[in-house]
Amino acid sequence: MTLVASQFITGISIGAVLLLIALGLALTFGQMNVINMAHGEFIMAGAYTTFVLQKVFSDAGVSLLVALPAAFVVAGLMGVLLEILLIRRLYARPLDTLLVTWGVSLMLQQLARDVFGAPNVQTRAPDLLTGNVHLWTGSDGVELTIASNRLFILGLVLVCLVALTLVLRLTPLGRRIRAVVQNRDLAAVSGVPTARVDRLTFFLGSGLAGVAGVALTLLGPIGPTMGTNVIIDAFLVVVVGGIGQLKGSVIVAFTLGVLQSGVEYATTLSVAKVIVFVAIVAFLQLRPQGLFTVRTRSLA
Amino acid sequence: MLRSRGRLLAYSAILVAAVALSACGSKTGENKSGAGVTADTAGDTVKVGLLNSLSGTMAISEVTVRDSIKLAIEEINASGGVLGKKLDPISEDGASDWPTFAEKASKLIKEDRVAAVFGCWTSASRKAVKPVFEANKALLFYPVQYEGLEQSPYIFYTGATTNQQIIPGLDYLKSQGKKTIYLVGSDYVFPRTANKEIKAYAAANGMTVLGEDYAPLGSTEFGTIVNKVKAAKADAVFNTLNGDSNVAFFKEYKSAGLTAAAMPVVSVSIAEEEVKSIGTQYLAGQLTAWNYYQTTPGDANAKFVKAYKAKYGADKPTSDPMEAAYVSVYLWKAMVEKAGSFDVEKVKAASDGITFDAPEGKVTVDGATQHIYKTARIGKIGDDGLITEVWNSGSPVKPDPYLKGYPWAAGLS
Repeated sequence: MTLVASQFITGISIGAVLLLIALGLALTFGQMNVINMAHGEFIMAGAYTTFVLQKVFSDAGVSLLVALPAAFVVAGLMGVLLEILLIRRLYARPLDTLLVTWGVSLMLQQLARDVFGAPNVQTRAPDLLTGNVHLWTGSDGVELTIASNRLFILGLVLVCLVALTLVLRLTPLGRRIRAVVQNRDLAAVSGVPTARVDRLTFFLGSGLAGVAGVALTLLGPIGPTMGTNVIIDAFLVVVVGGIGQLKGSVIVAFTLGVLQSGVEYATTLSVAKVIVFVAIVAFLQLRPQGLFTVRTRSLA
Repeated sequence: MLRSRGRLLAYSAILVAAVALSACGSKTGENKSGAGVTADTAGDTVKVGLLNSLSGTMAISEVTVRDSIKLAIEEINASGGVLGKKLDPISEDGASDWPTFAEKASKLIKEDRVAAVFGCWTSASRKAVKPVFEANKALLFYPVQYEGLEQSPYIFYTGATTNQQIIPGLDYLKSQGKKTIYLVGSDYVFPRTANKEIKAYAAANGMTVLGEDYAPLGSTEFGTIVNKVKAAKADAVFNTLNGDSNVAFFKEYKSAGLTAAAMPVVSVSIAEEEVKSIGTQYLAGQLTAWNYYQTTPGDANAKFVKAYKAKYGADKPTSDPMEAAYVSVYLWKAMVEKAGSFDVEKVKAASDGITFDAPEGKVTVDGATQHIYKTARIGKIGDDGLITEVWNSGSPVKPDPYLKGYPWAAGLS
């Protein structure tokens, strides 16, 4: 029983990582319909920001706390730059956006290689985050624990989620974002500066990718290809969750995490990946629009 | 309209991503040319090839091997070269990608016409280049411990084979009273074959293997595997993970509350360099099985460590694969000088009985297997990131790549 519970916790923490890497994409891809293949490299930028800050502040805890806002800004500004220079000119040509951003992604990877070297690098985690938190001891004597770095990531994703929801729901910016998503032309004639809104949305989405990058440094190495390794999972979460909705991504991320860890426990890592992919394909056959959809200006 | 466009976008995103991924993995292999390529030894210099992953998940380990090969070449050049010719190193990046290794090996042999190639780390990369070296009758010196069960006429294996590393590691666990083990490895040929051998050993020696799990190279998600290990309550874990998956594994291991005292992990691919980058906070107290440590006593080692640190920095540790790579260049030099020629067949014929006073102690080439006699050493990782020896085999162990001396290994292939 304790085992099932501890596996469930592992699943939740995998889900939290999935959600964190998908959250920014849920904005840029989900809300704006921009396929940004360089999203993974914004995650990488966030991770390298942590690495650089750890060189500046020798204390691992301080550098982590500083890295969170810093990575948000660094990745966010990279996103804005990308939006201004390229994506803005390609809103009407989604497939071109895809190819162009993929090219940008390759360039950023090479840039990382040139600046930080090809071998992967590591950061030290603060001591507080290297242990685990004891939840309870089962009747069979097996202790149920959650790794404190994963607990931190779970907390971080919840904070990001709540903050993002509040921004979208309550602020003037959020109202404008939703207005542009639902009907760009009507928003424009109503006086909403759609170009500025797009840029800000892109800033938020890319910034969240940077925050995800900081979180990933707690789990594994930092390398030029780390973005490529997670970008597919991020797209999967948003696509299955449904375009234009945050709650779909939330549910899907945690479901996939629990499914993955459960199947992996019973089989192996490779088999689990296959089964999860097959489940996703089957689901999209039944519900191609994803879990939730938003009623938009659709004329069809 | 928007809804269906969203779908289209979503599908095409996944499609492009999938195509991008598969393109990475499907570079075509090697076209074979039957005849051997003669090395270019006419001028004042002789080219030698260095084939290591300088990028990707294996770079953490392989860059240091390249560095120590370069050190050996510089030392040899400073003392007059080989047969009066200076060595000219040509370095290629295998990029942690096996087809790339085969391409670059072919380039080194055919275009650069090198006299010998030093490098490769993972068995997957060695298996990928093996046909290239055999088809072109060119020489590879492979400096890393591996799973045995291989003997190519064109490869010299200067790292440990199974009976010089893994079996002593298991013997050590047995002598410590460990009865149950759990196997964790990367998903490719070395861990799979090594674990087959470990299971055969366990069956014959009254040990129980409680489980085995594999993660793809470069994988960083070890939550479930560590949960399984924890639930199995094994006496020890035998770790054949390669590259920086080890970083994620040991972080997770510590987070799960597992300790070196309660459930030690014996690793066969973590040396001083990896310890440094994984972080001693995760590794202190864990065990390793190798043939050389930076702390190994002896003048030859003191000289090697000093030269390496002088060239690459005082904070750079030396490790077993680096030492084996360094030694391999000197062994090749001795073979060439004994043969009086750079000709591959003559060099091979001269190899038997070549000895070298290596940092790990005296090593001898076994001409029949093209492996070398090495002393097995079990070490414990200290808080300073260095590894101290806790046991050794006393004298160099004769290489036995096909484990012919072990009845339990009869069915392995």
